Amino acid sequence: MGEKIKKLYQKIGLPRIIIISFFLLLLFSAGPLGLSIPGLIGDVINRGAMYGILVLAMVPAVQSGIGLNFGISLGIVGGLLGALISIQLGIATNPALGWFAPWMALIVAILLGVLFSSLIGWGYGILLNRVKGDEMTVSTYVGFSIIAFMNIMWLVLPFTSGELIWPLGGEGLRNTIGLETSFGSVLNNAGGFYIGGENGVYFPTGLVLFFLGACLLMWLFLRSKKGMAMSAVGNNPMFARASGINVNRMRILGTVISTALGAVGIIVYAQSYGFLQLYNAPLMMGFQCVAAVLIGGATTNRSRISHVILGAFLFQGVLAVALPVANLILPEGNLSEVARIVISNGIILYALTKTGGSSRE
Amino acid sequence: MNSWKKKLGKSLSDNKVVILFAILCILAIAVADKPLTFVAGELFTRIGRNSFIVLALIIPVLAGLGLNFGITIGAMAAQIAIFCVVYWGFTGIGGFLLALLIATPLAALFGMLIGIVFNKMKGAEMIGGMVLGYFADGLYQVLFLFIIGGVIPVNNPELIIAGGVGVKNTIDLKDNLKYALDNISLLTMVEIAFYAVVAVMVLSLLIRLITKKQVNWKKSLGVLGGALIAYALTFIPFIEAFLNQNGILLLSAVELAVAGTVLYQLGRIVWMKFIKKSEKFNWKRSVAAIIAAGILYALTFIPAIEEVLLYVTLPAMTYLCIIGLCIFNSVLMKTRLGQNMRTVGQNRTVANSAGINVNRTRIIAMVLSTVLASWGQLISLQNLGTFSTYGAHSQVGQFAIAALLVGGASVQKATNKQAIVGVILFHTLFIIAPQAGQALFSSAMLGEYFRVFVAYGVIAVSLAMHAWKTIAKPKLQVAGKSPAPGEAAKAMEE
Repeated sequence: MGEKIKKLYQKIGLPRIIIISFFLLLLFSAGPLGLSIPGLIGDVINRGAMYGILVLAMVPAVQSGIGLNFGISLGIVGGLLGALISIQLGIATNPALGWFAPWMALIVAILLGVLFSSLIGWGYGILLNRVKGDEMTVSTYVGFSIIAFMNIMWLVLPFTSGELIWPLGGEGLRNTIGLETSFGSVLNNAGGFYIGGENGVYFPTGLVLFFLGACLLMWLFLRSKKGMAMSAVGNNPMFARASGINVNRMRILGTVISTALGAVGIIVYAQSYGFLQLYNAPLMMGFQCVAAVLIGGATTNRSRISHVILGAFLFQGVLAVALPVANLILPEGNLSEVARIVISNGIILYALTKTGGSSRE
Repeated sequence: MNSWKKKLGKSLSDNKVVILFAILCILAIAVADKPLTFVAGELFTRIGRNSFIVLALIIPVLAGLGLNFGITIGAMAAQIAIFCVVYWGFTGIGGFLLALLIATPLAALFGMLIGIVFNKMKGAEMIGGMVLGYFADGLYQVLFLFIIGGVIPVNNPELIIAGGVGVKNTIDLKDNLKYALDNISLLTMVEIAFYAVVAVMVLSLLIRLITKKQVNWKKSLGVLGGALIAYALTFIPFIEAFLNQNGILLLSAVELAVAGTVLYQLGRIVWMKFIKKSEKFNWKRSVAAIIAAGILYALTFIPAIEEVLLYVTLPAMTYLCIIGLCIFNSVLMKTRLGQNMRTVGQNRTVANSAGINVNRTRIIAMVLSTVLASWGQLISLQNLGTFSTYGAHSQVGQFAIAALLVGGASVQKATNKQAIVGVILFHTLFIIAPQAGQALFSSAMLGEYFRVFVAYGVIAVSLAMHAWKTIAKPKLQVAGKSPAPGEAAKAMEE
C-alpha cells in the first residue's frame, strides 16, 4: 500500500499535487463565500478550452526536440495578422453570405493566420536548427523581439477599416479590437447550452469540440509515420539519425506545426474573449502556455495530449476560480494576477531545475 | 602594409556591433535635430544612473553563468531597503547608507539562493534567470500588495493605499533620498577621507604600541603629514569653492583627467627611464598618451564642444563609485578567486579536476553580482527621485543586458570598457529615438517602439550568435580530441 502511494506520488509529482489541492481548496471555499458554483465551473470549461489550442501548440515543439516553445508569440502575431485581414475584408458583414458570414470570417482568419505563421515558423525552425541546445533562451528573446517589431508594424500597416483604426487623431491600429461585428463567440455559441436550467453550467459545445477535435488530430498525427519520426527526433536525435531520419527537417516540421497552432490558438482565444489584443498584450502569453503544459505533466523533452488537456483545464481552472474568490477575500490588490505570475513561473522554474546540473562536471 | 590592413580589418569585425550602433546613434542625432547640449545633459545623467548596474553583470559572464537576468532580484532587494528607509523617515546620505546596509545582506541572501537554483540548471541559467526574475516579481508583489499593511501593520497614509493594505504605486523620494549620493561634494569626500586616514593611522599605531611591535614612525608620520597637507589645501578659498559644489563641471572633469594623465605619464617616464633605468620600458607609449591628452584638451576649445562641456555637471560621488566598481572588477580578476571564476567559466570539467569547488565559485559570483546590482539600483533610484513600487525593477535586467551587448560584449566575454561604451551608445539611442521617430515619420510612438525593439533584438541576436558559435566549435575540435561520451549525450538531449 505504502509502495503504491509512493509510486502514485512520484507519478503525479509535488508541484501538481500542490496545484490540484490549491484548486480544490479554492473550489470548496467558493461555495461558502456565496459564489455560484455552476457559474465557476462554466468559467473553468470555457477558459480551459479557450486557451487549449495555444497549450496544444507546445506538443509538436517538445516532441520534435526544440523544447518548450517560448517563441509561440511568432505564431500569435501570424494569427493576429490573419484576423485583422479578415476583418479588413469585411467578410462577416457581407450580406451575400447570410448566416454563414461570421463563420466564413473565422475560417478566412484561421487560414490566413496558418499561412503567415507557417512561413514565419519555417524561418524560425531554420534558426532553431542553428542554435541547438539553447532553443529556449533564444526563442524567448526572438518572441519578445517579434512582438516589439509588430508594435511598429501595427502603427504603420495600411489598414483602413473603421473597426481597426483609432477613430480620430490617433495613429495605427487600436489596442483592443471588438469582435461582436465579425467572428466573436461564433464557436462558443455553436450548440452551446445550459446544463440544469438558466442558472446551470453553460457548456460552449462548439469551442470544446473544436479543442478536442484539434487534440484528436494531433494525437492521430503523432501516431502517423511522420509523427513517430518527429517524436523519435525529440526523444533521441542520435538514434533518429541512425535510422535515417532527417533530424533538421523533422525539427522544422515540429516548429512549423507549433507556430501554426499558435496562430489558430490566438484566433480561437480571441473569438471566445471577444477582443483581439494587439501591441504588448501577447508578450507573456508564451509563458502561460508553457506553464500550462508543464502543470499537465509534461517535461522539457516529453509531452502528451493528456498533459495538454489536464494542464489547460487545471491551470486556467485555478485562475478562473481564484479571481472571484480573491476578489471576495481581498478586494484590494490583484491577487489572482499575482497568483498567475507565481504559479506559472514557479512551475517553469521547477521543470528547469529538473534538467540537470551535477557539481562534478 | 598588408598586416596593417589585416589588423584594421580584424578590429573592424571585432567591433562591428559597436560601430553599427555608433553609426545608428549619429544618424539619429542628425535626424532628430535636437541641441547637443540636451543630448549630452541627458546622456551624462543616464550614464551616472545606469552604469553601475551594467557593470554588475560582468562577474557572472566571466564565471560562465552567461548574462545574469537575475539582477532584477538584486534590484528588488534595493527597493525593499528603500521602502524601509522611507517608512522610518531617514533622509539624506544617512538614509542612503542605511538603505545600503539593509540591501546588502538581503541581496547577498537572494544571490546565494539564485546561485543554488542556477547550480541545478547548468546550461540553462539564462532562461532560468529570466523565469526566476518573473517568479520573484510575483513574490515581491505579494510582499508589497498584501503583506505590508495586511500582515505587518504599517500606518502611513503617504505610503499605503487608502484601504490600509498594500503600498502605493509610486513613492516620492524628493524629500528624503533624492540626490543623496549625487549631491555629496568633493569637499565632504576629502574631509571624510582625511578623518578616515587619521583614524586608521592612529588606531594602527596604538595597536602596534600596545602589542609592542616595531613602529615605523617615519612612514606613519609621513602619511599623517600628507593627509594634513591635503586637508589644509582645502582651506584655500579657491580650492574650497571648487570642491564645495554639488557636482563637478564636465569641463573641469576633462581638465582634471588630462592633467592627471600627463602627470602620471611624465612621472612614469622619469621613474622608469632615469631612476630605475629599466630597459623594457616603452616610453613611446607614454608620449603617445600625453599627446592624446593634449589633443583632447585642445578639442575642448572648439566652441560647440565647449558649450556642451560647460552645460553638463557630473555628480562627482556617483561617478567615483562607478570608477571604483571598474577597478574592483579588474582587481578581482587578478585575485585567486577571480582566476577560479575564469577557469570555471571556461570549462567546468577542467576546473573541477583542478580542485576548484565549481558550485561554490558560481554561488560567490552570483552573490557578488546580486549585491552590486542592488547598489546599482539604489544609485539609480536616488538619482531618479521617484520610486515606482511595482515597475522600477521590471526592465532593469533587460536594459542593462542590452546595453552591455551593444558595447560589444557577448555571453562569454565582457569587460568594463564594453559596459561603459554600451551604456553610452544604448542610452544615446534611448534618448534620441522618439525624437528621431517624430522627425522622420512624425510619430514619436514609432521611435519609442523602435528602441524597445532594439533592446529585445540585440539580446536575441547576441544569444543566437552565441549558441551558433558553441555548436560550430565542437565540430572543429573533433579532429583533435573527441568530447567525453557523457557530454555528447547531454548535448544531444538538450
